[in-house]
Amino acid sequence: MSADAYLTLAGVLFSIGLAGVMLRRNSIVAFMSIELMLNAANLVFVTAARYWGVIDGQIAAFIVMVVAAAEVVIGLAIIVTIYRTRNSASDDAPNLLRW
Amino acid sequence: MIVSAELVASEALVPQAATGIFEFSWLLVVLPLLSALVLILFGSQLGRFAPWLGVASMGVITVIGLLLFFAMISLPVSDRLIIDSIYEWFAVGDFVVPVALQLDPLSMSFVLLVTIVGALIHVYSVSYMSHDPNQSRFFAYMNFFVAAMLLLVLADNYLLLYVGWEGVGLASYLLIGFWQYKPSAAAAAKKAFIVNRVGDLGLALSVMVMVFVFGGVTFELIDTEIGSAPSWVPLVLGLLLLLAACGKSAQFPLQSWLLDAMEGPTPVSALIHAATMVTAGVYLVVRSADIYELSNFASNAVLVVALISLLMGAVIGAAKDDIKKVLAGSTMSQIGYMMVAAALGPIGLVFAIFHLITHGFFKSNMFLGAGSVMHALHDEVNMRRYGALRKVMLLTFLTFGAGYLAILGVPPFAGFFSKDSIVEAAFSESLFVGALTTLGAGLTGYYMTRLFVMTFFGKPRWPKDSHPHESGPLMTVPMILLALGSVFAGVVLYSGKRFEQWLEPVTGFIEPVLPFPKLWLEVMLISVVFLGAAIAVWQYRSVSATTPEKVSVLTKAARADLYGDKFNESVLMRPGWSLSESLARFDTHGVDGVVNAVGATAKFTSWRLRRLQTGYIRSYAMFVAVSMVVLMGILVLVLQA
Repeated sequence: MSADAYLTLAGVLFSIGLAGVMLRRNSIVAFMSIELMLNAANLVFVTAARYWGVIDGQIAAFIVMVVAAAEVVIGLAIIVTIYRTRNSASDDAPNLLRW
Repeated sequence: MIVSAELVASEALVPQAATGIFEFSWLLVVLPLLSALVLILFGSQLGRFAPWLGVASMGVITVIGLLLFFAMISLPVSDRLIIDSIYEWFAVGDFVVPVALQLDPLSMSFVLLVTIVGALIHVYSVSYMSHDPNQSRFFAYMNFFVAAMLLLVLADNYLLLYVGWEGVGLASYLLIGFWQYKPSAAAAAKKAFIVNRVGDLGLALSVMVMVFVFGGVTFELIDTEIGSAPSWVPLVLGLLLLLAACGKSAQFPLQSWLLDAMEGPTPVSALIHAATMVTAGVYLVVRSADIYELSNFASNAVLVVALISLLMGAVIGAAKDDIKKVLAGSTMSQIGYMMVAAALGPIGLVFAIFHLITHGFFKSNMFLGAGSVMHALHDEVNMRRYGALRKVMLLTFLTFGAGYLAILGVPPFAGFFSKDSIVEAAFSESLFVGALTTLGAGLTGYYMTRLFVMTFFGKPRWPKDSHPHESGPLMTVPMILLALGSVFAGVVLYSGKRFEQWLEPVTGFIEPVLPFPKLWLEVMLISVVFLGAAIAVWQYRSVSATTPEKVSVLTKAARADLYGDKFNESVLMRPGWSLSESLARFDTHGVDGVVNAVGATAKFTSWRLRRLQTGYIRSYAMFVAVSMVVLMGILVLVLQA
């Protein structure tokens, strides 16, 4: 199998994730979309590692996974806190940090 | 011929290091300065004794001055130039400024005049100022004035002279504005200071030129090097020093401060006009004679300025009703005489100083007399409110009379010798200059007689309820001593050509050669003076108590100081004002406009740009995505290229 298919899949996944972040208001969904984009990036790393026959891409993928795991912990905590204070999981609700 | 006389003079004097009593010459400057300091700091604790401390310091330095004088005349003529080096002020490479005092017949003459006349004025002030709550401050300033003047005349270089010069300016400012609660006094003090600053600029610039050209500022260096300097140097230095002298000596066109300076207490006027301050300009010109020797243009400029001032002062003096302003105009005119003599070179330098000394006696005498009259009449200065005072103030009348006859030049009073000598020198130079000085003498006769008649003769015009009385001995004794000076100073110094021989080593001397017999000159001069006096007597046989309004154009102009202030205001002040106004407008609208525009632009742009911060996560995500796409597009384009 050529790398093209993997890269195409990664592109599709990334686009879905990006669209999700930009179009959906629910924080949880936006969060999941971010995870999707990270995984699309991971897929590209792994594909490249396989394609070039070097291990660097796999290491990068692991680092991204670790960061994503840490991010989940903090991100979910923030979302829960916002839900408690505003009774909503919409990411439009906490809009105080603006002009 | 002139140059050779100068060479003789400069060869005759060999600088000597100070030994014996001359090592103590610095006390002349330091003692009054110390006493001024004590009076300023502890004056209120001294109470009644404060004035006496001022008088005592003057007494001590008068004695020192006399001792130095007697020590100097016992020296051989060629040794009468003593440099008392005190310390080195600063040195930059080859440029060394010493603090050293120069004692020679010229500075010695000034030391004696300043200390003796100054001491007498101090004694007089004890009584005159006895009711003033700020006596200690007054005497502190007076002592400081004397110290600054002594430093000025004793300095052996132009930079140290400049220190004394500025000190004199400061002291005059403090004393003219002594009654600073009077707005007119405060304004007069400021005016004196500012006009003097214009003159000071001339001295400062001339010192810079000296440093630039000669790399030094001592009189000795300038005198020896000036001959080999490029021809522009004496011209420029001469004109700058003239500007300086005009400021301090109230000569045209910087004369305007002198008449306003009458706002100060009367002893201050006596000190300014006789011993310190106005004589400094004459001293400067005489001291710089070697510079003027080499530039005809500069010395002619001095002559023109002096002649204008001589006549201007006399005309102003002839129209004023304020007794002190008449005397002030007279000072301007008499200083004009000295400057005329100084401008003539070795033919007149001696007489400039001679007249300065006799003038010091009779002018301080008359100022103290005027103060005595004012004291008797509740500080009235308007002569139209005087009259017939000879009956109630005999001593003042007699002492003032001695000064009056001296300034008129009636033989054998002091002014006869000094003024006639100047007129003689002027005639031997040119008939025109001689004629103008003679005209000045006639005007002197007129305005002084006018003052004398209005004050001491005629009917009393003072208010019924005032009872004028003679002043106390503290005031009359200095007046009597100064009157004796007015009577005898001339004949003592003139007889046997004593003064010429005394000063000749410093200034050089050439006997004036008259184009006609000397007796003619004396007869002509005295008849012109008596003609002026006779006109005044006839005009003021009866005086109205109010100032007449219908007067000639000349009188009106003279009452307004010949429009000196108007001229300054319209030519200097108004344009300067509008210049600064327009600069201020340029600043607020031009410079500030640019600065404000920069600020406003930044403010507006950020006000627009902050709208990007919507607070919606989605829009931030979109910015990130869009910019990522753009960046990748650029990257692709660049990599392809």
